[in-house]
Amino acid sequence: MRRDRLTFAIMVMMPVLQLLLFGYAINNDPRHLATVVELREDGPLTRAFLAGLRLSSYFDIIAVVRYEGEGDQWIRSGSATFLIVVPEGFETRLVRGERPQILIAADASDPVAAGGALGAANEIARRSFAPLLVGPLLPLATKAPPYDIVIHRRFNPAAETSFNIVPGLLGVILTMTMVMITSIALTREFERGTMETLLATPLRPAEVMIGKTTPYILVGAMQTVLVLVAGALLFQIPFSGSFDALLMGVGIFIFANLMLGYLISTVARTQMQAMQMTFFVFLPSILLSGFMFPFRAMPWWAQMIGEALPLTHFLRIVRETILKGASFSGIADDLVPLLAILVALTSLAMMRFRRTLD
Amino acid sequence: MNGESVIDVRGLTKRFGGRVVVDDFALRVPRGAIYGFLGPNGSGKTTTIRMVCGLLRPDEGEGTCLGLDVRQESALIKERVGYMTQRFSLYEDMSIRENLDFVARLYALPDRRRRVEAALGDLGLSGRAEQLAGTLSGGWKQRLALAACMIHEPELLLLDEPTAGVDPKARRDFWDQIRAYAAHGVTTLVSTHYMDEAVQCDQIAFIAYGRKLIDAPTREIPGIVGLHAWRVTAPDLDAVQARLRGHPGVELTARFGADLHACGLDREALDAAVAVIRDMPGVEVTRIEAGLEEIFIHLMAQSTDALQ
Repeated sequence: MRRDRLTFAIMVMMPVLQLLLFGYAINNDPRHLATVVELREDGPLTRAFLAGLRLSSYFDIIAVVRYEGEGDQWIRSGSATFLIVVPEGFETRLVRGERPQILIAADASDPVAAGGALGAANEIARRSFAPLLVGPLLPLATKAPPYDIVIHRRFNPAAETSFNIVPGLLGVILTMTMVMITSIALTREFERGTMETLLATPLRPAEVMIGKTTPYILVGAMQTVLVLVAGALLFQIPFSGSFDALLMGVGIFIFANLMLGYLISTVARTQMQAMQMTFFVFLPSILLSGFMFPFRAMPWWAQMIGEALPLTHFLRIVRETILKGASFSGIADDLVPLLAILVALTSLAMMRFRRTLD
Repeated sequence: MNGESVIDVRGLTKRFGGRVVVDDFALRVPRGAIYGFLGPNGSGKTTTIRMVCGLLRPDEGEGTCLGLDVRQESALIKERVGYMTQRFSLYEDMSIRENLDFVARLYALPDRRRRVEAALGDLGLSGRAEQLAGTLSGGWKQRLALAACMIHEPELLLLDEPTAGVDPKARRDFWDQIRAYAAHGVTTLVSTHYMDEAVQCDQIAFIAYGRKLIDAPTREIPGIVGLHAWRVTAPDLDAVQARLRGHPGVELTARFGADLHACGLDREALDAAVAVIRDMPGVEVTRIEAGLEEIFIHLMAQSTDALQ
């Protein structure tokens, strides 16, 4: 056991990792979700509602805007999960008993993430307005609520879980196969000594690298096609965004995973170790990327780890292009970090690769 | 042999994590020579070979291989060198033909098909061309490996313990092949710790603990080391060996089949020691010339002493 530190690490680290992740990081009832309020009217009632939202643990108000349409970009870019719209004339119409609407638009591309907060919205509104419905307004308090909360699940109106899972699955499948296949295939070359044959020929290390990864790029491309076709035919997932932007994201993501596999192969001495290390990458990728559990519900440190994982950014790219109709500009926020991860992984892998030769 | 050197390196030094594996190593190998590279396990033979062919960058030192700088022009060196690794390192799940074809493609050889067929024919592998490399016996694997590193017709052949685990007949055939290449002007540097291979070499460099202890034509080595030897036969060799061992003047006693060889550098002291056992019952002694094996056991013992 003392000599086989990796197995030891697996036995000790796995429970610790799982305890930390499941215990602290994962939360199926996410609170403190970024919210933008489009407050087109200012008055005692609306201010009370705003205060009520602020007090609730579900909504974190990151911005209050005044004019129609201003809030939309926040939710489209993914920087806010909720957009709450209080329309013009809200107060007057409420007093008249016309039951004005409050619109809560949720980014339902991940239906689980938005669920809890939407449930709480009614209660927040009731409590905020109740203290003000006194005196002449008292009759309003006795009947049905004098306002109407309309919930609008954006990008996934029927809250279909598969709309969220299937595009995300593309990222999970690519992570799993690309990292594992590359790391194992390369470790096998070292294990069997064939890498030495390759290096004794005039091939350059970079050429070996390209030769060993090109076939898997094709494998990744085939998997992408498979998942997208299955998503369209079996699960009727609407494709609304820019296909080119998606392809660009897929391409960078495949390269990043190949480089990760390459990096693992320079550390692992046996194929078995490569498998174990792949698992160490895979577990946090599934749990912390926002694939299984809402990203925004995690504590800040878990989100930090998540931001460093290629899958996190890829999931956002996929969801934004497929479900939210984003084009290149819409996914730039995630393409740039993904590219940065790719560059970092490539340089690290190249550095390590040179060292293994010496 | 003419003065042209295929390998000419000086001061080669390589450290792995602070441990010096090869220390200030120099070597000159003339064209067409079969150069033996001897030393105990872990003495730095493989590391030196890798530095010569450009797989490893030396920490210190300089030199040329085939007239090319070993530090700067490793890519060019690799094109003209055939390197056969210690372990079988071709693809076991590819057939013999596929392996040869693959190697030929790595060197971007023109007229690939003909070369592959020629290599198969030369080594008597034509009948087995479609067999998977992994299913071959040790001797055949070694033949295949040699064919693979000769396919681009290199001028220098680097063989790292090529005949480990190969039966004596196959080893003989292998050496015949090497001699045939040498006759065509191919230079060979071969590392080994088998004495029957060492005697096949024109010249021998002996390396231990990263340092070169001796470097001379094979024929001259006994004279240089100056080791004297007696062959002893006796009904009870164990008793004789026990008497001789530790006796002043006897530096080495080693069993060779039914004989015992006693060796020492100081001729008179050795003779005196042998005189002591001469009168034991049934003992016969003959003066012999020390063989390579005794010499190398002696050199190894010495180099260990020097480091302890």
